[in-house]
Amino acid sequence: MISNTMRELALTDEILMQIEKPARYIGGEVNSVVKNPDKVDIRFAMCFPDVYEIGMSHLGMKIIYDMLNRRDDIYCERVFSPWIDLHKKMKEENIPLFALESQDPLFLFDFLAITIQYEMCYTNILQILDLAQIGIFSKDRKEDAPIVIGGGPCTYNPEPLADFFDIFYIGEGETVYFELMDLYKEHKKNKTSRKEFLKAAAKIEGMYVPSLYDVSYKEDGTIDSFWPIEEGIPTTIKKQVEMNLGDTYYPKNPVVPFMKVTQDRVVLEIQRGCIRGCRFCQAGMIYRPTRERPLSMLKEYALDMLKNTGYDEISLSSLSSSDYSKLKELTEFLVEHCGEKKINIALPSLRIDAFSLDVMSKVQDVKKSSLTFAPEAGSQRMRNVINKGLTEEIILSGAEEAFKGGWKKVKLYFMLGLPTETEEDMAAIAKLCEKIAMTYYKMDAEYRNKTRVSVGASASFFIPKPFTPLQWAPMCELEDYSKKAYFVNDQMKAQHNRKSLSFKWHDAKTTVLEGILARGDRKVAKVIYDVYKKGCIYDAWTEFFDFDKWMEAMDENGLSIAFYTIRQRSLDEVFPWDFIDIGVTKNFLKREWEKAMKGEATPNCKQKCSGCGANIWKGGVCIENKN
Amino acid sequence: MQIYGREESALKTRIKFQKIGYVRFIGHLDVQRYFQQAFKRADIPVLYSKGFSPHPLLSFASPLGIGMTSEGEYADVELDETQVTSGEKLENLIDRLNAVMNEGITVLDWRKLDDTAKNAMSTVAAADYMISFRPGYYHKEVFLQRCAEFFRQEEMIVLKKTKRSQKEENIRPLLLELRPMGESIFIKTVSGSANNLKPELVMNAFCDYLGYPYEKIAFMIHRLETYMKVEDDYVSLLYPSTEMEAK
Repeated sequence: MISNTMRELALTDEILMQIEKPARYIGGEVNSVVKNPDKVDIRFAMCFPDVYEIGMSHLGMKIIYDMLNRRDDIYCERVFSPWIDLHKKMKEENIPLFALESQDPLFLFDFLAITIQYEMCYTNILQILDLAQIGIFSKDRKEDAPIVIGGGPCTYNPEPLADFFDIFYIGEGETVYFELMDLYKEHKKNKTSRKEFLKAAAKIEGMYVPSLYDVSYKEDGTIDSFWPIEEGIPTTIKKQVEMNLGDTYYPKNPVVPFMKVTQDRVVLEIQRGCIRGCRFCQAGMIYRPTRERPLSMLKEYALDMLKNTGYDEISLSSLSSSDYSKLKELTEFLVEHCGEKKINIALPSLRIDAFSLDVMSKVQDVKKSSLTFAPEAGSQRMRNVINKGLTEEIILSGAEEAFKGGWKKVKLYFMLGLPTETEEDMAAIAKLCEKIAMTYYKMDAEYRNKTRVSVGASASFFIPKPFTPLQWAPMCELEDYSKKAYFVNDQMKAQHNRKSLSFKWHDAKTTVLEGILARGDRKVAKVIYDVYKKGCIYDAWTEFFDFDKWMEAMDENGLSIAFYTIRQRSLDEVFPWDFIDIGVTKNFLKREWEKAMKGEATPNCKQKCSGCGANIWKGGVCIENKN
Repeated sequence: MQIYGREESALKTRIKFQKIGYVRFIGHLDVQRYFQQAFKRADIPVLYSKGFSPHPLLSFASPLGIGMTSEGEYADVELDETQVTSGEKLENLIDRLNAVMNEGITVLDWRKLDDTAKNAMSTVAAADYMISFRPGYYHKEVFLQRCAEFFRQEEMIVLKKTKRSQKEENIRPLLLELRPMGESIFIKTVSGSANNLKPELVMNAFCDYLGYPYEKIAFMIHRLETYMKVEDDYVSLLYPSTEMEAK
């Protein structure tokens, strides 16, 4: 093993002493992997294009890091976005971006893999490519520059980023990475060209090499056709899925950051996918079929990870924890093993019912914690449109149980700007909050202890995402979002118990931009580039987001905001992402869209199979259902 | 006496550790977290405070500024005596803890505190520092040659800046020693919660004295030792402790 202590840092002390939180850039954390870069065949940089504290909280990156480093011939290192202060210094002094472990510049690496978790990080991706000094555009990259791969949820519409990436990996990382690595080793040995390697990579299932495809547009700006420009390159890209979550890669020794990060705890992924089929939710469609990890594995990993990290908290991770079939056994096990060792248990995404309240009262301080409901819409009609199977009755009885258990704080999440939304639907948000408050005040005084209840509602604005039943939905004009928010705010203030209610809402400008990028096409790439050149980075951070610059760049490139946002898309329109096959068929999504317009609900995967198409993988909930 | 069952019996201990290399950029609060996690990884039975949000009974002698290194750091930690395996010496615990730590932070010594000992933070009285010169800023020879005359001054007036105001202060009474040490400068200053003289301030005064503009980054500061005061002597913070005996 190489001694870590005296290793050279990429940044001088002069710089590290002048910037905020230098611990972001030094690496060397507990459980970080130390290898001799000269003794491996492939140097792989795994990047989360946001600041260290955010990136280090991401589970997917930990899985890939652990998986690749299990092989002696690969050294996987980590990279995050330098914060604004360091960004300036690196530009001024021409310092190349480096990986944390070896502190070596990225241009020495074979691969730079970037996980793309949200649209608002797109300029940060350009920042990474720029500071790495490897060429922002894929076409400008030299033979020996790293191969730039994108992965993660945003790659389900990779087109706005197509010009910047060499490859997009569509699907779950556990599946074909080693195939790609072996192909690369072969290529390195035979000294074939970059182009030849990319062509060969494009033939691995799930690998999309954007430079090998071309697009033509109709006069109205929509896509006419999309095709591979070379023989033998697949016309559709098939999403890759890990079907055996009980026997695959998962880190037992995750890196423990020196500094406090957002997700500062052991994260235990209990299942992937979601049976609920909410029509606005992209994760609920692209991660189908729903697959559980076995209880025995989770027990073993929970104890090992706690032991190997020293964390004092463990959090279960999934899209809907209550749907995990062995949740009771798992939580009982954790309560038994964690309480004595002063380890907290976090249980996000739980449905509020007698069972979850009982578990939560065991693992958290009831007086301090708040309970969260996500009705997403105020009226039952609206909830039917989005297929959110949560009724007012369930919410109110859950709230009552919670109040009896001692909770005094309730949080509710809503969306505004949903398709077919009326004033009545919006007013129902305030009415629902009022009913929750009334539930509390109607209870016997013994439960209330003379304290007021706090019902906090927050609204985000609906953004149609690719591969969801609502992908055809038009968005609203920028001004309409604020009007909707003020309308609800006024309704809240008109309630009898208004002093117990509060209402917050998201930024409307961010919503519009996210909408453009989410359903954007290849034409949008130039806008992202121009905006980066105008100095935009960290758009996900409201203090740095400059909406006007984006609108300016849209205008300069002759692109219409309305085209991407408020336009009504027809059912036969070719979408930029249609070449990707996620298993769930476009026909299913169309059926769901039509049902949404009629306000009809669809049962969840455990109640009844709705024939979405994900059963081609013959696993997970698709086969459990048949037993 | 062996106590059985769920009852705890507090064993007060003191750790001496070093912080060298790249971990100099880890802040004081993060070092605290780091130790808490390391204890958990090594399965060392640290006692927790009672009440709603229990926290480990762990406290540090004196925070070390970001960018500084040290071989004289101290922390007090209370262990559950009933859980420290009978016959296990703290020496073994040192190895167990070091095995789960980064190379940059290493436990050098770990001893049982006398029952009457006050906590490390409240007893700190002085500290030794080695100040080295980062290349490219000053001619260190000038500093080294003029250490004696600088130290001989009866007054050292510096401008002490606070958030609201700045005032003149004579730091000379808090500077106990200053002399060349090889290519570096050795200084001993009064340290602790009542009176505290930061080594940076000494070097600032030294620069003023020589008529040079002060550049903080030019000096690399390494803490050598932290002391408590027993009668008129400065002694190591390990003074009120004994080696852990086998039971």
